[in-house]
Amino acid sequence: MREVWREGLGVAIATSAYGISFGALAVASGLDVWQTCVLSLLMFTGGSQFAFIGVLGAGGIAALPSAVASAALLGVRNLAYGMRMSPIIGTGFWRRTAAAQVTIDESTAVAISQPSPQLSRLGFWITGLGVFVGWNLTTLAGALLGDVLGDPKAWGLDAAAAAAFLALLWPRLKQRQAVVVGVAAAVVAAALTPMLMPGLPVLVAAVVAIVVGWFNWLGRNEAPAVEEAK
Amino acid sequence: MSVWSAVLLAACICAALKAFGYLIPAHLLEAERPARISDLLTVALLAALVAVQSLGAGQAILVDARVPAVLVAAGLLWMRQSFLVVVVAAAAVAALLRLVGWAA
Repeated sequence: MREVWREGLGVAIATSAYGISFGALAVASGLDVWQTCVLSLLMFTGGSQFAFIGVLGAGGIAALPSAVASAALLGVRNLAYGMRMSPIIGTGFWRRTAAAQVTIDESTAVAISQPSPQLSRLGFWITGLGVFVGWNLTTLAGALLGDVLGDPKAWGLDAAAAAAFLALLWPRLKQRQAVVVGVAAAVVAAALTPMLMPGLPVLVAAVVAIVVGWFNWLGRNEAPAVEEAK
Repeated sequence: MSVWSAVLLAACICAALKAFGYLIPAHLLEAERPARISDLLTVALLAALVAVQSLGAGQAILVDARVPAVLVAAGLLWMRQSFLVVVVAAAAVAALLRLVGWAA
């Protein structure tokens, strides 16, 4: 029981810390402080949030439809997490609604690493609610900070955004199939950048995943793993 | 599309995806192909975003201070450093290279 609290709160604090970088980068990409906070409150899934501001920052207003599509596609994995958590969470409309909103990489990872359903449920709520509160507070702090920083390039915030995507990607590169898909998607996106409107190269690169995943090229027959907690 | 409508639309889609997971019957989880595609989709999107964010400048490819910064980030990830250390280090490398004028 104690272990679960420690693990859940540890993950919540570590994850919340980088809400600061999200807030600062979101403001640098052109969102205002309110829009930044709405993303963290309502969207509340780090990968999608970073994708939205990344595409918006690269392509501006014209790239907004691509920003929406990128965020939505990156949110698809939460659907799989929800299916996995659903039997553990139990019944009741409000409980399940709250659980759905805090279903993210971190809460699912802590939950499924517990030895019993009771501890899973506890770990899920501690991590999910902990990250939700912390992430939203640090997003606001980061957005206010980003507002007073000025030129984002002078602070290296464009490089920080690239590093943030790399850090989100890194724990998923454990199998050969994932590494090949990642490299191929990066090459496709870079090669298409001069030809397509900003935002679209990322969406086209996603086709690599659908094709490789459909035919299971280079894959083994095993259940996909949830990202481990950072 | 206004910025606000894009923010709200994207946020609602992401929230709805989470909720759908709780509405779909659990036995569909057994299906291997959708689960595999969902995992690889995440990898492909994040990798493409790394490429575009490190090399893209509008519709051009531009090698500047971001590239050495991302290489440093990769090295730190290899050494199992935390997310925050990696992101701050990348920002610092790019900012310093620009400050001393070694990279754009």
